[in-house]
Formats: sequence, structure tokens, C-alpha cells
Amino acid sequence: MLRIAVASGKGGTGKTTLAVNLAALLADQGHGVRLLDADVEEPDCHLFLHPHDESSAPVDVLIPVVDDARCTACRVCADVCAFNAITVIGSSVLVFPELCHSCGACPLLCPESALHEESRTTGQVRRGTVDRPGASFELVTGVLTVGEAKPVPVTKAVRAAGEREGADVVLVDAPPGTSCPVIESVRGADLVVLVTEPTPFGLNDLRLAVEMVRALGLRAVVAINRAGVGDDRTLRYCEEEGLEVVLELPDDRRIAEAYSRGELLVDALPELRQLFESMWRRIVNAVTAQEVRP
Amino acid sequence: MEPRELVVISGKGGTGKTSVVAAFAALAGGAVLADCDVDAADLHLVLRPELGEPHDFSSRSCAVIEPDPCTGCGRCAEVCRFDAVSRSPDDEYSIDTIACEGCALCMRVCPADAIRMESVVNGVWMVSTTRFGPLVHARLGVAEDNSGKLVTHVRKEARATALREGLPLILADGAPGIGCPVIASLTGAHFVLAVTEPTVSGRHDLERVLQVVRGFRLPFAVLVNKADLNPELTEAVTADVLAQGALFARTVDYDPAVTAAQVAGVDVVTYGGRAAAAIEEAWNETARALAVTEEGDVSHA
Repeated sequence: MLRIAVASGKGGTGKTTLAVNLAALLADQGHGVRLLDADVEEPDCHLFLHPHDESSAPVDVLIPVVDDARCTACRVCADVCAFNAITVIGSSVLVFPELCHSCGACPLLCPESALHEESRTTGQVRRGTVDRPGASFELVTGVLTVGEAKPVPVTKAVRAAGEREGADVVLVDAPPGTSCPVIESVRGADLVVLVTEPTPFGLNDLRLAVEMVRALGLRAVVAINRAGVGDDRTLRYCEEEGLEVVLELPDDRRIAEAYSRGELLVDALPELRQLFESMWRRIVNAVTAQEVRP
Repeated sequence: MEPRELVVISGKGGTGKTSVVAAFAALAGGAVLADCDVDAADLHLVLRPELGEPHDFSSRSCAVIEPDPCTGCGRCAEVCRFDAVSRSPDDEYSIDTIACEGCALCMRVCPADAIRMESVVNGVWMVSTTRFGPLVHARLGVAEDNSGKLVTHVRKEARATALREGLPLILADGAPGIGCPVIASLTGAHFVLAVTEPTVSGRHDLERVLQVVRGFRLPFAVLVNKADLNPELTEAVTADVLAQGALFARTVDYDPAVTAAQVAGVDVVTYGGRAAAAIEEAWNETARALAVTEEGDVSHA
């Protein structure tokens, strides 16, 4: 099973465009592909793929609950909580679920065994089927409940749901940035495709993303969206850093318009298919080259 | 005088949030600028500040296992819920510093007292100088938890700077998404401008982030960028947000000058063009709305 993560430092550079079009193309070519939408704060793949027969499973985190009959208000729970998620006022214990990291310290260390843990739902994992002419594939989507602050448990649940057997290729659409939810999305990938645009903002954030991928000991290639806008500093940077550019998607108003309507480029502008086909060949070569290296 | 704070957010990334903030900075005539997108801060690229002194930021600690006292009992690995403790083939335990969330449970249960917590520098922040006013900006360390604490710190410094320099306005460039950093950008702000684009994903992401904004009961307005890309959707989004209580909704048509300005390293107002004129109108309306929220804000008196 090949695991390819699609990420970017800057948001809005075309991660989702790349992921949904590549998934559709691979399904059309007869690959057993599964797409994981791990951008759980703003998951958008489904808008382009229209999955059907969706099932939904809650993502639960554990939070402490106090048994008042046993609690002596000794404050051990508040003292051991590294996240200020539990406090004692007078003789009552207050839990702030949105601050809790579910580390399990307070129930384990409470001398009166007055705390137990209960589930709290912070998101959903949806699984649906996407039909392509002659084939279909699975889309697994993580959705963080609006108002919830912590995406990582939902990201982990999407990965867990998506990485079972039954697919040759697992594509992961990661959130933007370089922090924890991104790490959870790209961890274990055979290759990370970093999507950028050739602008100063795009380049600045690409540098951060490359730094992140290298800190994780993973390998990256670059896909440039809106090629032709901006300047050539991004291409020069990739050359200097030895980063292969696997796709240059031109800056074309027809692409932007098709995207705005939620259309797949491989369908709306079939002449672009070959760009995605050649990108896939380069991705496979990059992974293979890595494997034969001593 | 209590400074007013405008936060510009977007839900979806890449809609032009930072370009709008830089343009507003040029139009505001004196404000403190706060870059709350600490995961991918870009405002400095167009405001080109004289950099201030960097300060380390630390908001978490990480466990460290001392090999000598460690007896290899494995209790730490048993209790860790973040898979942060690993055992080498020769039974040596160590901590994955990226996975560790700093809960310190392993330290507390270790029977040999072999674990200690070390504070981790996970960001850097500074107050720099731009021609439009002071810029408070930061950079979160790569692979760090964007818990919102650094965002909260940037906003706190921005407020202190505004009070110190007698500036009436804070312009904050918020983070994309709807999670911790966005919530940290919005808490206690006075007015929100959401920048979106007329695409199915822009609309979907805007809907989600506006639910967060409404949860905070903050007055908000919407700017639809690249509006001519899909006029029907622009109209639909505009109608949606006005029905949801937006104070106003303005549009800016696609203009290559926005990217050209970025390449030239200046804000789009200084660069000029059609979009600049439309953004200026949006600024005027935003400034009026901010003044109204101030009059109506009796609770702070």
C-alpha cells in the first residue's frame, strides 16, 4: 500500500484540487485508491466528489467526571493537570472539557478514585463511495464539530479509519500549516506532495513545510499551482534544495472557474489529464527511487 | 483609551486575507498590526518591517528520561496516551518529543524518579516597526501544537503596544480554519471581517467559520474576493451572509495587481489598481462599522 500525503504551508494553494483530481484519475486507471480528507477543520473534498451511501461514526475523546460522593476536594486532580482543565473551588471540582487533553492523569492519580472518564464527541468520521465511470472509490472524511478547538483526535480517527487494507493507494489531504494536525496527517507517508503557488507568500510557507517534512524524516516533492503568476523564485528554491517539481498547473481562468463550481479538472478540462498522469508517474518514481537507495 | 480590535479571518486559506490586512494597514492611518497566523505568518513579507528584538515563547514542557536511574520497568509507556514513549531493542526507554504533549503523567508514576519535565521553546515573537505602525508577529516552531497560546500572546502584546503608543486600532490577521488558533484570535475582539471567495469550498468554509463567529456574538461583515470568478455564487454568498446578520458584504473583483503587489513586496493600496479601489471602499465601511460597535459598546464602560 502506497501512502501519499498532500500538504502545504500556505492555505488555498490547491491541496484539495490536487487530491480530488488525482484520486479520480487513479480510480479511472483502475487503481484501488482511497482518499482521506484530513483537513478536519474545513473538509472540502466531498464538495467535488459527491460521495453517496455515507456512514458516519462519532469521534470521542475522554474527559474526567467527578463522583461527588467520593471527592474530598483534596485538589490533587487540579495540581496534576498540566492543561488547567480541572480546578477546585471550595468543595466542588470543575472540569473544562475544551481544555482537557485526555491524558488520563487525574483519574489515575486521584487518591479517592473519585474520577472516572466519559466520552465526549468532538467530531465525525464519514465514509462514502465516489462513483467514477467504470470504477468507484472510498472517501473518508474527518469533520471537526464547529466550536471545538482540537482537531487532532479527529485527524487520528480519519487515519485509523482509512489505513486498513483494501487499497493500493491511500491519498491524504492534509490541513494547511506545519503544526500538530498536519504532523498527524502526514506521519508515515511514503511521500509528501507539497502544493504551493509561485508567490512570495507561497514560497515563504513552502520553506516552512519543507522544514517540517525534513524534521519528520519524510521525503517531499513539490506541485506548483497557478504556475506563471508571481515570479521564478519558487522554482529556483526547489532546484537549490533538490526538490523535484512533479506538477505545474498553469494559471488559467478556466481552471479557477471550474474549481469555483466544484467541478473536477480531469472532467471539466480533459486536456489537463496528462498533467496529472505525468505527476503520478513522477510520484511513483520518487517513491521507488527512495526504496532502492542503500 | 481602550483600542478597538478588528480581526480578519477566512475559514478557507488563500482567499486574500493577508493582502486585505496589509491594504487596511496602509489605509488606517496608524494602527497596531497583529499577525495571528503564527503557523504561516506572511504579513511581514508585504509590510517589510524593521525587525524587533526576538523573544522566545514557551507554552509546553516535554518529558525527558534519564537513562541511569531508569530501571526499564515500562510503567511510563503503559500510562502514556500519546504513544510518546518508545523502547529500543536493548530496553532503553526514550520520549518522542514531537508526540509528547507534556502532561507529565509518566514523571508522576515513574517509581525510579527517572523522568523530569523540561520546558520547550516552541515559538518566537517580536514587535517590529513598519511604516504603517508597529507589527506584532510570531513564528510557531515547526511541528508544534498550535494551541492558540502564541496567538493569545501576540494579541496581548498588540494591545499593550496600542496602549503604550496611544493607537486606537488593532488590525489582526487571523488564522485559517475553525480550531484553537481561530478561537484564540476571536476571543475578546470587537469586529470580524471574513474574507472569502465565490467557490463551493470558499462558501462551505465560510459557513463553518461564521458559526464560530456567531457563537462569540461578535459583529461581522464579509468581503467576497475574486467576485467575478463566479458571479452567481458571489450573489448567493452575499445573500446568505446578510441573512445571517452580516453588517455588510462587499465584493472585490479579481485583479492581477494583488499578486503583482505581493511580488513587489508592497501592499495592494500602495501598488494601485482596481482591487485597491474596491478594498478602500470596504475599508471605509469597516471603519464606520467599527465606530458604530464602539458607540454601542456600553458594557465596557
